[in-house]
Order: sequence, then C-alpha cells, then structure tokens
Amino acid sequence: MEWEAVIGLEIHAQLATNTKIFSGASTAFGAEPNTQACAVDLALPGTLPVFNESALRMAVMFGTAIDAHIGKVSVFDRKNYFYPDLPKGYQTSQLFYPIVGEGHVDIELSDGSTKRIGVTRAHLEEDAGKSLHEDFANMTGIDLNRAGTPLLEIVSEPDMRSAEEAVAYVKKIHSIVTNLGICDGNMAEGSFRCDCNVSVRYKGEEAFGNRTETKNINSFRFIEKAIKGEIERQIDLLEDGGTITQETRLYDADKDETRSMRSKEEANDYRYFPCPDLLPIVIDDDYIGAVRDSLPEMPDARRARFVETYSLSEYDAGVLSNYKSLSDYFETVVEQSGDAKLSANWVMGELSKHLNQNDTDITASPVSAANLGGLLKRIKDNTISGNIAKKVFEIMWADGGTADEVIEAKGLKQVTDTGAIEKMVEEVIAANTAQVEQYKAAPVEKRGKMVGFFMGQVMKVSGGKANPGQVQGLLKQKLDALCD
Amino acid sequence: MHNKTLAELAQGLEQGDFSSVELTQAYLDRIESQDSKYNSYITVTPELALEQAAAADTARQSGNAGPMTGIPVAHKDIFCTQGVRTSAGSKMLDNFISPYDATVIQKFNAAGCVSLGKTNMDEFAMGSSNESSFYGAARNPWHTDHVPGGSSGGSAAAVAADLAPAATGTDTGGSIRQPSAFCNLTGLKPTYGRVSRFGMIAYASSLDQGGPMAKTAQDAAMMLNVMAGVDPMDSTSADHPVADYTANLEQPLSGLKIGLPKEFFSDSLNPEIAALIQGAVKEYEALGATVKEISLPNTALSVPAYYIIAPAEASSNLSRFDGVRYGHRCDEPKDLEDMYKRTRGEGFGTEVKRRIMVGTYALSEGFYDAYYKKAQQIRRLIQQDFVRALSEVDVIMGPTTPSPAFRLGEKTSDPVEMYMEDIFTLSLNLAGLPGMSIPCGFSNGLPVGLQIIGNYFAEEKLLNVAHKYQQATDWHTRKPEGI
Repeated sequence: MEWEAVIGLEIHAQLATNTKIFSGASTAFGAEPNTQACAVDLALPGTLPVFNESALRMAVMFGTAIDAHIGKVSVFDRKNYFYPDLPKGYQTSQLFYPIVGEGHVDIELSDGSTKRIGVTRAHLEEDAGKSLHEDFANMTGIDLNRAGTPLLEIVSEPDMRSAEEAVAYVKKIHSIVTNLGICDGNMAEGSFRCDCNVSVRYKGEEAFGNRTETKNINSFRFIEKAIKGEIERQIDLLEDGGTITQETRLYDADKDETRSMRSKEEANDYRYFPCPDLLPIVIDDDYIGAVRDSLPEMPDARRARFVETYSLSEYDAGVLSNYKSLSDYFETVVEQSGDAKLSANWVMGELSKHLNQNDTDITASPVSAANLGGLLKRIKDNTISGNIAKKVFEIMWADGGTADEVIEAKGLKQVTDTGAIEKMVEEVIAANTAQVEQYKAAPVEKRGKMVGFFMGQVMKVSGGKANPGQVQGLLKQKLDALCD
Repeated sequence: MHNKTLAELAQGLEQGDFSSVELTQAYLDRIESQDSKYNSYITVTPELALEQAAAADTARQSGNAGPMTGIPVAHKDIFCTQGVRTSAGSKMLDNFISPYDATVIQKFNAAGCVSLGKTNMDEFAMGSSNESSFYGAARNPWHTDHVPGGSSGGSAAAVAADLAPAATGTDTGGSIRQPSAFCNLTGLKPTYGRVSRFGMIAYASSLDQGGPMAKTAQDAAMMLNVMAGVDPMDSTSADHPVADYTANLEQPLSGLKIGLPKEFFSDSLNPEIAALIQGAVKEYEALGATVKEISLPNTALSVPAYYIIAPAEASSNLSRFDGVRYGHRCDEPKDLEDMYKRTRGEGFGTEVKRRIMVGTYALSEGFYDAYYKKAQQIRRLIQQDFVRALSEVDVIMGPTTPSPAFRLGEKTSDPVEMYMEDIFTLSLNLAGLPGMSIPCGFSNGLPVGLQIIGNYFAEEKLLNVAHKYQQATDWHTRKPEGI
C-alpha cells in the first residue's frame, strides 16, 4: 500500500499598514521594546479598539486577487486565552464571519502541470506581542511593539499532497501578497509565516488521518523540511503500529525535526464571541468593485504577457513574473537593452547568482536595472563580448558605475579592427606549427572543431578583447588557405 | 453654596456671587468633614480641584467662560483620570494611576469643570448596593444603615449629601437609575452610544453607558450637554446629532402619550411604590398627558438574559487584569500560572469572581448556543417589545426599583435576590434605550423613583418630561435630615 500525505496550510501575512489594526501606534519593525505600544496596545483599562480601514482594503485586495467570495458583512470575534504577550487576554479575530471566503490559486508543479489549491477563507486579526526569555534572570520580558499589528490569516483547503506542492502554494501566496503590496513578505522578520497541518493516509482512502499542526515556520526551506520530516515521522510511526496524536508541534531548524508542543486535548477553549467593542464591517459591491479595479497586474497575468510580448519560455516567464520587484527590474533591463531573451538570461543568471551569493534583495542590487540594460546594449552592439561583459558586471557590482564607464576606464573595448585581428591570427598560426600540421592532416569535416584551439589562443593574445566572430572568420580563412 | 443646583451655581458664578475657588473649597471642606459618614468618595483630589477652579476663574475673568465653567462635579471611579488613581472599586486597580483621561473626563475638562474626586462604586460596576466595593460600602444619606444603591452608589450618596452638586455615573443594568431612585436624585441613562465609553473601564461593553446623576432634570441636561457626542476613539459611539438638552425643557406636555407596561405593575410590586407611581402618573395626566396600558411581554426574561450577556462580556473584559502590565500582582509568583491564579484570586472580590465564572461558563464550547446565543435572541425580543410599544406611546413609565433602599447586608447572602433589584432597569440596557429615574415620593422615609423610558436618542424629550414634573412637584427638592 502506498502512503499519501494530506497538507493544509495557515499562512499569517502581516499587512503593510502604517499603523496597527486597532490603534494609531506605528507598525515599523525593530524599534526599542515597548516604544511602539500605545494605551490601546497595552490594554490599559478603559481603552477601546478603532478599526484601521486600510487593513480592510488590503484584505479585500487579497480576496479579489484570488477570486474569492468577499464577506459584505464581516464581524470581529474575541478569542479568549491568557498569555503574557496577549495584553487584553483575548485576540481580536474573525471566526464566524470572515472578510474573505472561498477562493483559489493555481500552482505550477515541476512536471509542468498546474494544480488548483482551494483557499477556505482569509480573516483579519491582530498579532500578539513577544515574550523575551533572554536577558532577564528568572523572569520573562514582554515587548508589545508587535501587539496589534494587522494579520491576514489565509487558510487553505487540505489540497496539497507533498512538501513540494505545499512550498509551491506558499510561494504563490507570498508572490500574491507582495505583488499586491499588502505584505512585505519578510519571512525572517516574521511578516509572513506558516502553520502546516499534516496527516497521512493510504492512497485511495477517503478519510483523513489524525493531523498535527507545526507552528510558525518562517522560511520556504524550513516549510519543505518540516513537512517532509513530519510525513516521514508519521509514516514510520504508523508502520510501527503506532497512532498519530492530534497535537501542535514546533519545528526545530537546528535539529531539522519537529517536536510536540501541546496536545489538542489540553488545548484552550477559546470561548469565541462577537467583540462588542467593534461594529460589524459592512461593505458593498461598489467598494469591492473599486478595489478590484485598482489591483495591480498579478503574477499569472504578467507571465502570460511575458510569453506573449517577449517570446520568453513558460519557465523563464514564470520565474520573472513571480515578484513585482523582479518583474519591474527585468522590464527595465529589456527597455534599455532591446533584447528580452538576453535580458532574461542575465537577470536569471549572472544577476540572480550575485544576489543569492550576497544575500541581497533585488531592490538593493548594486547594479541597477538601467545599468544592467546599458551593459547588455554593449554586447548587442559588439562593443564587448559576453565574456568581457561578465568581467564588466563584476566591476559594476563591486565598485558601481555604468558599463560604459567601466569599459572605458579598464580599456575593455572589443578589438574590431580587421588589421589588428589579422595580425594576431597570423602570430598564433606561426607559433603553433604542430597544431597547424594536425589541422591540415585532419579530414575536412573535423577541421571545424579544431578551429577552437586557435580561437582560444587568439582570444588569449587579445586579452579577450578581440571580436570572436571576426577571429573565427579570419582563422578559418587563413587555415583553410594553408590546406590548399 | 453647597445646596444649590448646577443651574443656580452657574448663575452665582456668572454674577460673581462667589468664585469657583470659593465654591470648590466649600465642597472640599464638606467632603473633609462629612464624608466619613457616607464613604461616597474613594479618592478626593483637592489640589487638582483647586487648580482647575483657579483656571476656571481666570477663564471667566478673561471672558472665556461657558455655562459649566468653574462648576465642581464628582466622577465615578470608573472613568480614567490622568494622574489620578482610577480603581473601579477594586483591589486589582488600587495602585493604578491612569496615564490618560477618559473622553468624558476630557469633555468636563474642556468645559472648564472642576473635578472634586472619584466616587465609590461596586467593584467593576458589578452590584446593586455598592457593597462589593473594595473601599467599603457607601451609605445612603437618607438613612445610613441603608445602601445608596449601585453600582454608582458613591456618586448618588455624594450628590444626595451635598458633597458634589452633580456627578457622573455609568449604567449597565440600572447603575445610574437605581441609586438615583434610592437617593432621591435625577439620573439619566442615555441611549447606548450617546456618551463615549473610551476610558470608562468596561464591565459589559454592549450595555455600559455613562450618564449624569443630578438634583434636577435641568442639571442632568446641563451635564449631558457636556458628556454627549460621537467619539472617534469609541466605534460604538453614535454619530447622531447632539441637542442642547437644556433648550426644550419647558415644552408643554399636553398630548404626551404615556405607556404603562402591565408587567411592571404586577401583584408582587411593593404596594406603596405602586401607589406612588400611580400618583406620579396622575400628576402627568394633570399636565395634559394621556395614559395607556401597554405590554412588554418579555420583561421577565430580561434578568436571565442580562445575567448571561453581562457576565459573558465581563469575563472577557476582565481578562486584561493579569498582573503583567499594571494593577495588582501577587507576591513572588513561582511561575506564570501561579501568578495568574494568585493575582486574580487576590485582586478580585467575590461578586466579580462569581460573574467571571458565570460568563466563562456561558461562553464555553458546547454551552454557547444554549446560553449566550439564546440570551442574544431574548435580547432581540425585548428590543422588539420596546420598539413596538414606543410606536404607540411617547414615553413608558413605571417604577425604577421594586422596593426602596434596603439595609446594608440585607441581600449580600443571596445574589439572585440582589439581581432581582434590577428587574425594571435591565431591559433598557438590553434594548439600548434611554431611561431616567426621578424622585416621586417616599416610602417609610426612603425615596422612591419613577422611571421614564423613551425612544432611541429621545433624551431631550425625557428631560422635558422630567423637568415639567419637577416644576409641578417638590419631591426632588427634599433633603435627607441634617443636610
């Protein structure tokens, strides 16, 4: 019998509002503890929440982007539990009437097929603060800067069957929310995090197995590892005759394993009820229509446009359309260079390699899109070769400047003077008599390949600057003349 | 000075008969010498009061005085007051100095009023007798062996004993009207949302409403003029135009249609109270009103519905008192759970604990539908009863309480008997309607209140109806012996 995993995800996306969901305090990350917590965030006696309308707009943007049902009346509920970093003793959330109802996204799988993943709902809620266990001997510090930051909790259907599908789904949602500009997507800072519900069953079975929930995973790689590990753990356990306990687990990235946090039996009874301090949110079709009309181009639409307009492959178009920052960069490069294919290769190749190696976001790239476009233009007009262009790029990455400035300063301009190239070709032929003899002795159909050796020698002599096309032409001409 | 109405004090200040500093000092002196008998204040703020009074006098001299400038008032200790302890009558907040002002306090400050101090109250406004206060029960100036009512009992006692010319109160199930009835005052619970709840420590958010407690309807109108209005800090405050509540007090009552709900006049009603209410209604007929019997069939359900909804909300509202950020924290907690348990065990009194437990139970998984949801359905029925009745009559009248002020300790052992005190007042909070209690006579030397209920945002009409009665009668001018 073959096992099958069933995976459903809850994603918490911090909404990029300037102020908190129910107070006027700033949501900026990284401030000194408790400097961004006002009377409302501290839950001082008598304080009341006032809903931040921009969080509503962002939630509706997400809902329309995934083609979801939008709740025209949505209601905030209180989820009651005690925890020191939860100042009111309840989290304001939406249980019964969420702002976003059923929707869906399509994910691309490695075999090129697409799969539709259902989104059950997405609701607005407030984040809690943070407990700080270091720095306080026998005590816990509480930082309430994050308390009240707006979250959109996006709940999927249990539609995923592997860690790869789950990661593809998370990446898709990540690209949607960042593309909409409603979440900065910064996983390391916790702006985008994921709870993974995992169960296994025999393939073909209808019923779900007992599931575990692994909380607050904050990188794509950890999501993949945590889910893979959890699937293996569950299968091993079941094959050994054990049973799966429905429980909450934590992923320990250092040990690459999940471990039990608490079981559902001892879980809280949250005693949800409608929050009497907040009125129901009521919106109409005009509101939803206006939000829909204002949506930016979404990744799927952009990918189609890239294939259509730039004749890119589906794969390249897919990579380049996922993130708005990358798409915008790419399109600026194309505009400057006039060559979409060349631009795609460079953005996905040399540029991405450097960004990854230096752990740099594209928005902070030392080589701007305009400057990369300028560099590619010099390949196109034969000022430099592709190889020299890589050298120029390295210098631009390290020291800045435009391609033209670097080419000029370093004297990297390509040699296209036929006389000069001819001289170098003749020198190389004269200096390599043995190879010339081999060339002459070789059958005609093998000679083409043998030109490569001479090419390399000439390029070496020219310091890489000789125009490769011209070199090749002249070499063939001269060598073949010797054979006659 | 101390036995004048707000209207008279305003006139005296305007005419220069006395300054605000003199007036304030007179009240402070009275509080100092008299309040040990009534325990009506938890905190007196003489320095702040005299500072505000001096500023009011300066404002008046430079021609910047409004109708309330320089008038001293007292505030129920449920309104957060910057720099002043705001205890809500609880040990839990005995050490809590509020860093901010409630909207109501801001409005009184902006109007140039003087704050004499913070008045006693049932702990977190949970009670009908003021006996659940951590600071000890306030006493009824009409008979100090009797309760002043609750939860705004300190405000009622202070005004009745002339320790403040008027005071703020809050009313979740009758907490303005019942103590007003017990202490011979004019008290107004406005429409839900009329007065901002921001900075008013929450008991049951969907029911809580602040309002004035005063000697006359005119004074209550002057107070409401300061308090009413939409507040961007309170999403549930009503964006409804605010009237000048003093402008139409003199409207004649001819043609006024009064409804008398038969459920308010059952055989179990204290006959003396029944007679006094009927007497007041006769007076209204003499003023030109017509009377009609109506029915509010779900009245009896208001007590059980209220005692599900209010504790449910309270159980959640009071979760923030956890010892983490402010207020009481137990000594040397050994871990988090120990801190929660002992902090809350020590900080809350019996009645508060009882309501937290009832509310927690009512919201529990598996019980929610049977209790909370059902109670909300009853709430809608009660509201519909009123809407139907108020489409036929202008105001509804009846007793404020089933009996006059009871003795201290008389009902503390039986919470349900205490809860029945609120039978006539609770249903308005459930419906969100405005209601008043005005003096209408005495039973065994203790005051009796007439309750007047109006439609949503009909405060102006209620005050007019109350004022005309007070012009025709003198019950409201009677004073306890020795005051």
